[in-house]
Amino acid sequence: MVAIYHYDDADRTLVRERVAQFRDQVDRRLSGALTEEEFRPLRLMNGLYLQLHAYMLRVAIPYGTVSADQMRVLAAIARRYDRDYGHFTTRQNIQFNWIKLEETPDLLHDLAQVDMHAIQTSGNVIRNVTADHYAGAAADELDDSRIYAEIIRQWSTLHPEFSFLPRKFKIAVTASATDRAALKVHDIGVRLHERDGAPGFEVMVGGGQGRTPMIAKTIRDFLPEHDLLSYLEAILRVYNRQGRRDNKYKARIKILVHDLGAAAFAAKVEAEWAEIKDGPLGLPEAEVARIRHHFQPPAFRDLDAPNSLHVAKARIDPAFARWLRINTHAHKQPGYAIVDVSLKPVGGIPGDATADQMDALADIAAQYSFDEIRVTHTQNLVLPHVEEGALHAVWQALGRHGLATPNVGLASDIISCPGMDYCSLATARSIPIAQAISTRLADLDAQEDLGVLGIKISGCINACGHHHVGHIGILGLEKNGQEYYQLTLGGDPGADASLGEVIGKSFSAGGIVDAVEKITVAYRALRTPGEAFIDAYRRLGPAPFKETLYAAA
Amino acid sequence: MPLLKNGTVTADPWHDGTAGLIVTLEQWRAQRDTLLARNVPLGLRLAPSDDVETVGDDARRFALIAIDFPAFTDGRPYSSARLLRERYGYDGELRATGQVLRDQLSFMQRCGFDAFEIANPNAAQDFAAAVGEISVVYQPAGDREPTIAASAHRAA
Repeated sequence: MVAIYHYDDADRTLVRERVAQFRDQVDRRLSGALTEEEFRPLRLMNGLYLQLHAYMLRVAIPYGTVSADQMRVLAAIARRYDRDYGHFTTRQNIQFNWIKLEETPDLLHDLAQVDMHAIQTSGNVIRNVTADHYAGAAADELDDSRIYAEIIRQWSTLHPEFSFLPRKFKIAVTASATDRAALKVHDIGVRLHERDGAPGFEVMVGGGQGRTPMIAKTIRDFLPEHDLLSYLEAILRVYNRQGRRDNKYKARIKILVHDLGAAAFAAKVEAEWAEIKDGPLGLPEAEVARIRHHFQPPAFRDLDAPNSLHVAKARIDPAFARWLRINTHAHKQPGYAIVDVSLKPVGGIPGDATADQMDALADIAAQYSFDEIRVTHTQNLVLPHVEEGALHAVWQALGRHGLATPNVGLASDIISCPGMDYCSLATARSIPIAQAISTRLADLDAQEDLGVLGIKISGCINACGHHHVGHIGILGLEKNGQEYYQLTLGGDPGADASLGEVIGKSFSAGGIVDAVEKITVAYRALRTPGEAFIDAYRRLGPAPFKETLYAAA
Repeated sequence: MPLLKNGTVTADPWHDGTAGLIVTLEQWRAQRDTLLARNVPLGLRLAPSDDVETVGDDARRFALIAIDFPAFTDGRPYSSARLLRERYGYDGELRATGQVLRDQLSFMQRCGFDAFEIANPNAAQDFAAAVGEISVVYQPAGDREPTIAASAHRAA
């Protein structure tokens, strides 16, 4: 059985009733009984945005886990309600960009047939919870972070007290020392670790990107497992009551934490928590066990004599060898590998997948990865459990559908927001910049030589393209009808998170591509052997990069 | 303003002062003892920013507490309501006033509100439809409904 959370009758009832509720809300909007002002927060709570050209529906993929059957339904939705494609997002969700308001209830009905929905994918609510996209597979994890992400998902779903927060609220969970979920740029980051053999959480609060980027502060080193939900409720209650509501740009929890100071904020949370910690939100071991049961490891084969077919094939096929080096990752189960599926072909739109690609992935996952697919916050996909002996076949199958670009983690694996091509908030285009940069830096040998390099592009200061935590960050702005692009260097979303610094004067749309290339040339000249870009930048500071960009112009 | 209570539209006995005297938090804090000495039923009117902690266990001395929603997007009264019900043991009428719309009724009820001032003439019909829309809950709140998890453990 595929290791996803399997809905029971009650879970299904909630989703089915939510579809009926939304159908009624849409009917009342179409009849004029609801004003757009009244309808707006209702549709946003269900993931429906009004974009530049059409409605966009964001579908929840909790902690990025999707089954083959669910992926097939996403493909069918892309065909029936959109233009044959979907867009995977930095919050492990999928967006459909060309939706008609009157068709959304039917779309949601289709989703509900495979236990999917759009609940809390937007609005000033606790958003869909994210987690480590390698959860349940990574060799370096302590536990499967999805267990706790699911517990948080249930607690936060249609929470009556927290459905009109000052602003949106994002929670991410990991259970590994390696942070693959960008915890420190979330409203709350929860990291599972152990003390004296007992599980508990480090709780970080007040990170975020947007126009005022901040790194989250740890307000609890070790929270016992039993107290997870009561502690989160205490944080949310303090925020709901005291977060600013007078200015939407100062309404995120990061501003409250910053204004009060982390220690004073923590004291308020602890005081609230002291009142409720022994109440009904306590998390009994039996409840953790109930949820854990859904995420049992798949029926791995006992491969004590690992199949080394892939090693032999790699010896004679350098293209396969490169894909193996770059797009596979160590699995906790001997004889298995994690496969990264790049949605970043050279010159492509980051995160886009066609309906045919989604169907192909569903078939490949069904045949080779225990029916499981993951969505990453870097807008790629993952086949989490592939037998090593099948890697060559998987590579070939992916390649047939344009899904085997060996660039995950490299320079052309660019995060980009939709920008002015879709978004009504954008001040500049971002997709065409991503396409131009990935084309300029397409050479695979050169990319591999550059090593891990995160280029992230946002089309406005809301920073949906994560530019603040890009090793190279690009922010698209507009002045007098002209787009221009600001360059930041030195950001990083990992366990040692940092925010990028603006390097100097901005560039034109053409100039920014040249600038990025110059940065890569300078890095190559300045690095010590084996030194990654971010480490070189941290050692050298901005000066030599400024020099290469602006001197002798 | 029509008052919706127990699912039906009723006359508001506080409207003309016959049911008792309604005070603001400020008045209560300034004249607590005098007000208690008058020996009439008391109602308390709260703004979203009012700290219910300053009412505390005195909450039980009121026959009515009304919390204002100046805009339906202001979510602070939901927290106030839960604190009054769950922390301070208030079991009198807890009324939502201001911009009280159909699509928030179910959240309000779950947080402990049991009376609603609604401008809509179809208030009773709306209420019946709204609170029945979602029949299962994932998290404990003022309504003390059994959660999905609790039911799962009971069935197991």
